[in-house]
Amino acid sequence: MKHFDVVVVGGGHAGCEALHAACRYGLKAALVTLDKTTVGVMSCNPAIGGLGKGHLVREIDALDGIMGTAADMSGIQFRLLNRSKGPAVQGPRTQSDRKLYLEAIQLLLEKQDFITIEGEASALLSSKGVVTGVQLSDGSEVLASAVILTAGTFMRGTIHIGDKRVSAGRMGEGAADKLSVQMESLGATFGRLKTGTPPRLNGDTIDWQQLEIQPADECPVMLSFLSSTPTVRQVGCGITHTNAATHDIIRENIGRSAMYGGHIEGIGPRYCPSIEDKIIRFSDKTSHQIFLEPEGLSTNCVYPNGISTSLPEDVQYKYVRSIVGLEGVEVLQPGYAIEYDFLNPQGLSSDLESSLLGGLFLAGQINGTTGYEEAAAQGLVAAIGVAKKLKAVEPIRFDRSTSYIGVMIDDLTTRGATEPYRMFTSRAEFRLKLRADNADQRLTEQGYRSGCVSSGRYNSFLKKVDQLNICRGALSKMAVSPNQARVAGIELGLDGRRRNGHELLAIPGVSTKHLLALEPALRDCEPSSLTQAAREALYVTYIERQGRDIEALARDLNIDIPVEFEYRGVSGLSSEMISKLSLARPRSLGAAKNIEGITPAALTAVLLRLKSHKLKKAI
Amino acid sequence: MDTIFAQATAHGRAGVSIVRLSGPQAFDISSQFCDRPAVGKTGLRAIRASDGSLVDRAVVLCFEAGASFTGERVVEFHVHGGLATVARLLSELSKCDKCRLAEPGEFTRRALENGQLDLNQVEALADLIDAETESQRQQAIRVLDGSFGDVGAVWRTNLLRAAALLEASIDFSDEEIPSDLYLEVADLVGQTQISISTILERSVIASKIRSGFVVAIVGLPNVGKSTLLNAIAGRQAAITSDVAGTTRDVIEVRVDLMGLAVTFLDTAGLRKSEDDIENLGISMAYSRANEADIRLFLVDSIDETLPLIARPDDFVVLSKADERLSCELSVSGKTGLGVSNLLQLISDKLMQKTPTDVVAIRERQVVGLRAASVVLTRTLELIDQKPLPFELACQELYFALSELDFVFGKIDIESVLDEIFSSFCLGK
Ligand SMILES: Cc1cc2nc3c(=O)[nH]c(=O)nc-3n(C[C@H](O)[C@H](O)[C@H](O)COP(=O)(O)OP(=O)(O)OC[C@H]3O[C@@H](n4cnc5c(N)ncnc54)[C@H](O)[C@@H]3O)c2cc1C
Repeated sequence: MKHFDVVVVGGGHAGCEALHAACRYGLKAALVTLDKTTVGVMSCNPAIGGLGKGHLVREIDALDGIMGTAADMSGIQFRLLNRSKGPAVQGPRTQSDRKLYLEAIQLLLEKQDFITIEGEASALLSSKGVVTGVQLSDGSEVLASAVILTAGTFMRGTIHIGDKRVSAGRMGEGAADKLSVQMESLGATFGRLKTGTPPRLNGDTIDWQQLEIQPADECPVMLSFLSSTPTVRQVGCGITHTNAATHDIIRENIGRSAMYGGHIEGIGPRYCPSIEDKIIRFSDKTSHQIFLEPEGLSTNCVYPNGISTSLPEDVQYKYVRSIVGLEGVEVLQPGYAIEYDFLNPQGLSSDLESSLLGGLFLAGQINGTTGYEEAAAQGLVAAIGVAKKLKAVEPIRFDRSTSYIGVMIDDLTTRGATEPYRMFTSRAEFRLKLRADNADQRLTEQGYRSGCVSSGRYNSFLKKVDQLNICRGALSKMAVSPNQARVAGIELGLDGRRRNGHELLAIPGVSTKHLLALEPALRDCEPSSLTQAAREALYVTYIERQGRDIEALARDLNIDIPVEFEYRGVSGLSSEMISKLSLARPRSLGAAKNIEGITPAALTAVLLRLKSHKLKKAI
Repeated sequence: MDTIFAQATAHGRAGVSIVRLSGPQAFDISSQFCDRPAVGKTGLRAIRASDGSLVDRAVVLCFEAGASFTGERVVEFHVHGGLATVARLLSELSKCDKCRLAEPGEFTRRALENGQLDLNQVEALADLIDAETESQRQQAIRVLDGSFGDVGAVWRTNLLRAAALLEASIDFSDEEIPSDLYLEVADLVGQTQISISTILERSVIASKIRSGFVVAIVGLPNVGKSTLLNAIAGRQAAITSDVAGTTRDVIEVRVDLMGLAVTFLDTAGLRKSEDDIENLGISMAYSRANEADIRLFLVDSIDETLPLIARPDDFVVLSKADERLSCELSVSGKTGLGVSNLLQLISDKLMQKTPTDVVAIRERQVVGLRAASVVLTRTLELIDQKPLPFELACQELYFALSELDFVFGKIDIESVLDEIFSSFCLGK
């Protein structure tokens, strides 16, 4: 029987990204998934990217992953979120044609060399604490040196609609319960989380005339560094709102909601509340916004973003039809809530390897996250971990100060998840530096050296960096007097100081247009490079100040930690970190930093305690 | 964790001395010496050594973990205060397993680590123990009582909410976020900035209360400065009488003036001199007189030109009151006439300056607050800009919060998110 390097269980977003990355590393890989045709399916909303999420997609793309490319191949409404705000918090997003997205993923995967096995993984095989493969429910075995488990919402998945319950991983797809049971026998302790999805509507029965339409951006910003323009037609979204009648219907029937009827114990995400939640928790709001997003160019199915629900079907029909524009709408599929098993990710290694079995890697929803992008990024991290383990490839460092992926992995492995975890820009304390536009400069070089970035991508990256350096050089050479600057329309005090291009760009209100007027040589620079240089200039003083904080921390790293130092009771340390530190007993703060999963925040907490320690000795 | 013990009262002979035992084993260990009273009950107990001999009869008190000074289980032995009694009890305790003599400050350290006290309270406790005057005591007890911490908590809550509002505008911009949130942000940041500045202003005085105010007696030679100083020292409890050096140096007397620590300086006569050494003394007198909080110009006649320009807080006092009939402010060091009246006036003036409210008392606190105040001023400028640079204003707020952390405690992004989610309806 054939032996694989790695078997990926699950063909969702985590699984697909993991599989593709494993292939890029030249690992012999197999995919075990319940249904070949659903590989790459979008379980919920047909969109990729957004705030924080767009950053993740760019980072995946910078490492040659497939999510960004597939989104660009299927994107029907590109919008750069926060366009009017600073570049660090802008997030590229697109709505995708659900069918085209799935086809794009399958097409991109087909170009790689792996084997797909349709079936249900029912048990992990292991020997002496190390995973050796998976067993399928028909009794057959797939042997491998590593397993990446990405079972999504399928493990003991239960769909709730009102008081109806169905065992399922997604609507119309059976759950995969056997694996949960077997993993419990290995010592796994599952928790329960829940999420929900809205009813799907027939777009032909929506009265679009009455609705405000949000168009796609005129200058679309793509998800992948390698794409330039959309390949399919762009469409708009409708916007409508719930009203007093809608709220009345929901309030009257609240007891029949699965959530409020007490049928669901799993914890749902606060940032994706169901419509029931919104109306009960924020009872003073008289209306909630709904985006009506077409699910594709070749379907009449519409996704009403903002009204996920676990109310019974008859109530769903009623409240949907109370909404402007939806008076005569036909519901194609009811909304539902789904509850599923997850494993607390606290204590996973930073490669997402589980302590349950050596060689077992976990990625995606099973780690307590929500969202395609979060899942895909983890799939990538797990595959890199497998390559590190089996082929000793050069590692890629994901840490909080260099990537959103690093932020997420650190959050998950040190804090764990108590509700479905979703990425936000505010989770990244170094976000001014971690922009979507420089993800490649943060990661592609490392990825190339590690072996997961193709030479094609690497070469185009090098070209971009060359252009950028030319542009930075031209800006550095400028020496503009305040008088010259004033002529170009830049308000400056006459302090007699000559400024270079970077310094000018750091002044609020100064744009590349002003600079082009001052320095003709800049016209030879690539406009995109110039734009990026302007972004760097905007944040440079802030990044330097943050850098000083990091440096101050680095100075402190030489501080000794007494052997008897008590971590328990240090405010700001999670119990996980306390036990890690108490076990390792690092001699200095620097040594503490090198312990897996110790965050800068944790170090600061320890440092504060050490300082107060000294202080008290003095009194 | 070790259980620790030490004498909690001062060393030396005394009526009663207290030996404190703190740590997880405190109850078990104390049971080896006596029939330990229940938590919350006081008991007079025979304390017996390991050989069964009687050490002393003592009052024994037990505190449960979480309800004691250190936050751990604590047992107190109130023994007769002889040196030998305490020494014997300490030596018996040191024989017990996992039990050792506490390091200096270790009880307080445990209180801090167990969250019974915060860093500011620990410092205030040290101040309280050192307090010599009523106002020093009041100031320290206000911080120890947690009121400084309470003010800090309000600042933190305000800034966290401001950050949450800005973050909501960034991370949930595609949701229905009100567009005028910046008004509330400006309000929260502005209020906090003002509150911090106020406390900083007061803190200048607060440090005076810790270190003492200075009143310089200034006047021509032989006008009676030394006699007056002696009269003041005689009348008031002189806390320390650091009478240093030659007559040409500045002589100081530190007194407790109605609850305030005040140092009176007798400066060398302010005049021109041929003598180099005397000139040195005179220039020192000038500079000390300049730094003083209040100058007391002692003059022979009310028309005399003063050697320094008088400030509003200064007093001009006629000397040798016993030799004249005058309704002007006058004193006589020799007879003591008018001295009480003068001291009353000085203490009234100092009292006016003394804050009755919360203050930052330590340099560490002042440095942190000053930095936070600068950052907040910058934040306010950013919030004023159009379009508002959300991410920069946010970053400034995090800088400010981290400065406050230096003074108070920790911040963490989860708390920002918690604030966001408790305030808004978000998500679709
Ligand atoms: C109803 C619903 C609502 C959602 N709502 C939101 C939302 O509002 N916002 C949001 O961000 N995200 C939402 N999501 C989550 C989003 O779909 C997931 O986060 C993302 O798809 C997770 O990716 P994944 O790769 O971990 O798992 P999935 O995409 O779920 O893929 C799991 C894959 O594993 C396969 N599989 C499972 N078990 C086995 C087994 N034993 N053997 C073989 N194959 C197996 C399945 O066939 C499937 O291909 C929702 C999901 C659902 C189902």
